[in-house]
Amino acid sequence: MSTPVQMTPPQASKKPAPHAQKEDAMLLQKEMINRNYHELATAHENGRKVAATFVPGNLNELVMCFDFARSLPETNALQNGMRKKSGKMIMDAERDGHSEDVCTYVKADLGMMLGGEIGPTGEKLPTPDLLLLSYTGCFTFMKWFELIRQKYNCETVMLHTPYQGDGKITQSMRDYVVKQLKQTVIPTMERVSGVKFDIDRLRQYMKESAKAEDDLVRVLQSAKNRPSPIDGYFGAVYYIGPIFTAFRGTPEATQYYDVLRREIDQRVREKKGPITPEGEMAEEKYRLVVEGPPNWTSFREFWKMFYDEGAVVVTSTYAKVGGVYDFGFRHDPDHPLESLADYCLGCYTNMNFPQRIDMICRYMDEYEADGLLINSIKSCNSFSAGQLLMLREVEKRTGKPAAFIESDLVDPRYFSAANIKNRLESYFQMIKQKRSVAGVTAGH
Amino acid sequence: MTTVQQIMERCQALFEDLHFNAVKQWKAAEPGRKAIGYMPVYVPREIVHAAGMLPVGIFGGGDQLEVIQGDAYYQSYICRIPRSTLEMGLTGRLDCLDGMLFPSLCDVIRNLSGMWQILFKDKYVRYIDVPQNYLDSVGGEFYIQEMQVLREDLGRLAGKPISDDALRASIAVYNDNRRAVQELYAYRARKPWQAPTSEVYLVIRAGMILPPQEHTQLVRDYIAAVDLENRPKRDNARVVLTGSFCEQPPLGLIKSIEMSGCYVVDDDFGLIHRWLLDEVPVTGDPLEELSKAFLHRSNQQASKYDEKKEDKGKLLVHSVKFYGAEGVIFAAPSFCDPALLERPMLQDVLSKQKIPYTAFKYAENTGQMAPIREQAGTFADSIKLWSAA
Ligand code: SF4
Ligand code: SF4
Repeated sequence: MSTPVQMTPPQASKKPAPHAQKEDAMLLQKEMINRNYHELATAHENGRKVAATFVPGNLNELVMCFDFARSLPETNALQNGMRKKSGKMIMDAERDGHSEDVCTYVKADLGMMLGGEIGPTGEKLPTPDLLLLSYTGCFTFMKWFELIRQKYNCETVMLHTPYQGDGKITQSMRDYVVKQLKQTVIPTMERVSGVKFDIDRLRQYMKESAKAEDDLVRVLQSAKNRPSPIDGYFGAVYYIGPIFTAFRGTPEATQYYDVLRREIDQRVREKKGPITPEGEMAEEKYRLVVEGPPNWTSFREFWKMFYDEGAVVVTSTYAKVGGVYDFGFRHDPDHPLESLADYCLGCYTNMNFPQRIDMICRYMDEYEADGLLINSIKSCNSFSAGQLLMLREVEKRTGKPAAFIESDLVDPRYFSAANIKNRLESYFQMIKQKRSVAGVTAGH
Repeated sequence: MTTVQQIMERCQALFEDLHFNAVKQWKAAEPGRKAIGYMPVYVPREIVHAAGMLPVGIFGGGDQLEVIQGDAYYQSYICRIPRSTLEMGLTGRLDCLDGMLFPSLCDVIRNLSGMWQILFKDKYVRYIDVPQNYLDSVGGEFYIQEMQVLREDLGRLAGKPISDDALRASIAVYNDNRRAVQELYAYRARKPWQAPTSEVYLVIRAGMILPPQEHTQLVRDYIAAVDLENRPKRDNARVVLTGSFCEQPPLGLIKSIEMSGCYVVDDDFGLIHRWLLDEVPVTGDPLEELSKAFLHRSNQQASKYDEKKEDKGKLLVHSVKFYGAEGVIFAAPSFCDPALLERPMLQDVLSKQKIPYTAFKYAENTGQMAPIREQAGTFADSIKLWSAA
């Protein structure tokens, strides 16, 4: 499914140079991500064990308690996508017998392994010592790690997060997750790493997480301002990078979010719009909510279709894919295991359809959005199955126009720039028309 | 005694009736009766039955249903069963159901559970989660709690709580049904020329509609009747068919596989009838026993986690050996994540065991049988050549 992206500080081509502090956060983030890839590449020679796990429901604080170097295969796939390497990997995996119909993240990962496991930064990634199968919000996760286990014989431990079928987290669901942590996950991690579990160490990491989460929420909610100082989709994927992956719970991540929050607060005070790869966005013409992950292989081109038209995404469900924090959840050092359970259970794709629709309608209202755009991802049934109903429901409930485009995560064969651009342009027209009609009606 | 022809006519009629008249008739026979639908692969039907309700398997619209409204809810890259199921719901064909159960099988069915909540607000809708942790004290306790919620909900819907004794009686009913279905599978494997899969399939599908006791009788009647027939034995290749546990292939496709020279000696159609591998004890705490059966003695299927690498494909290989199959056909619905993600792993296991296989995809409304017949035919020929060599 997910995340993080590392961003080179934007090149100010047309507009004045971005705020200096912006570069601080960007550089910090870039440094963190590169360092993590290097740590991974050298983990085994430094005597460290490697754990791989997924973004939604990732237990970074817990994994760190056992000194594991941390690998996130979804991130590797998307980084390879952004570097235009994923197309070949996917085709290699398909040649190796994987169906054209299944998620391309899986195939990009398997293709990378077939190609000698050369990671996105060019360094060889190690075979994980442990696959922590956090089965949260996506069926494919289970098969993905079974496939890796089949090929590489890695030790695998399952953490099954039950789905919020009734739109709530019950005590029985929470107990189930906590018991798995106590009885299977933690003992396995102790055995594989040789490190004894220390709950106070976990609490310490969780304290850091909660601080960073406060700052992240503040950054993401800054988009309620007019103009929005951030882009809550294209920009947000950079902001969520550290927290949804190998860094949540580290002091570096806390520091990153602190720096980022200050930068964004400053932009709010100065009434500035979001920074794009081509500098600061001049005029905010459209405010959108987006549902669904972005396309990574043409990420810049995709983003440009928005900022060229003055469209800013004020918030997105994708920015919640590794954890929904804006309705109050924080990692809680006083109830460490229960709070890890609630974190997994609360992930966006672990919410049922009525909850997801409610959340979007609430966003439309709170962020004063002009409409909803759904980017439907071919790979991802977890996100995509049912999105057309979502579109109808949100339109019905908010009275605001919604639009639907289709692409894929890391398969360049499924990104049709011309189609998407056309669709977006007519959508922006539609919003404009709706506005003028509303204006006329209001005038009467 | 009923003849094979009479039995098959009855099964065919049940299979073709997408208005579920048999369910309506069952309900009309006694006031207050309720029916609860379920999708593939597995739900503990014992609980529905113990509530005095009729569990009804909803296995898509097949190739006879024209899907119009359902298509408006799904992108082209999503399988067909959720579309045809919605179509049936939106056109009133499922009005006879008082509720729907959506098992945790894949993200499409999972999301459909929420869509159902939105679209059919007056119906009981529940997503049935099953554990992927197989310790009694962990996954077991969770699963018992899930079943308990279903039990209480259905008790409320029925107007009286479901007692332990009612549950035990229903467990006994389904134990017997499972025995009958196992007898049928064993009979087909012994004499596949007598009990062709195109018939066995319809007998199995009848179990999605009929009350369990009636279905058990039907299965036994079929075995008895078909054994009296004198049907020609052919030199076909014996194959196990796998991957068709959810969206079903059209009947024509099953016939095509047989006509191409294959005897299907095991399959995963209607897996719910054989999900639990043996008897569930009728003594003791019924939910605990159902849970134990699920955790320790249930079938393997793509949506169920294999704890150890060595477990992958174990039952498939066992089935090949047990039923004396010579090869495996992977028949999966297009865009089916569980079946298609599982397939390479199973193929790997089969390769290591030197068991030949072939693979294709279908949709429930696939119309073009020729390519599949050709592929299955070539496969059957190669098996025969192989065994002759
Ligand atoms: S199916 Fe969706 S959520 Fe699952 S791994 Fe693929 S992209 Fe991620
Ligand atoms: S056919 Fe496959 S993907 Fe489609 S609903 Fe069934 S299990 Fe899910």
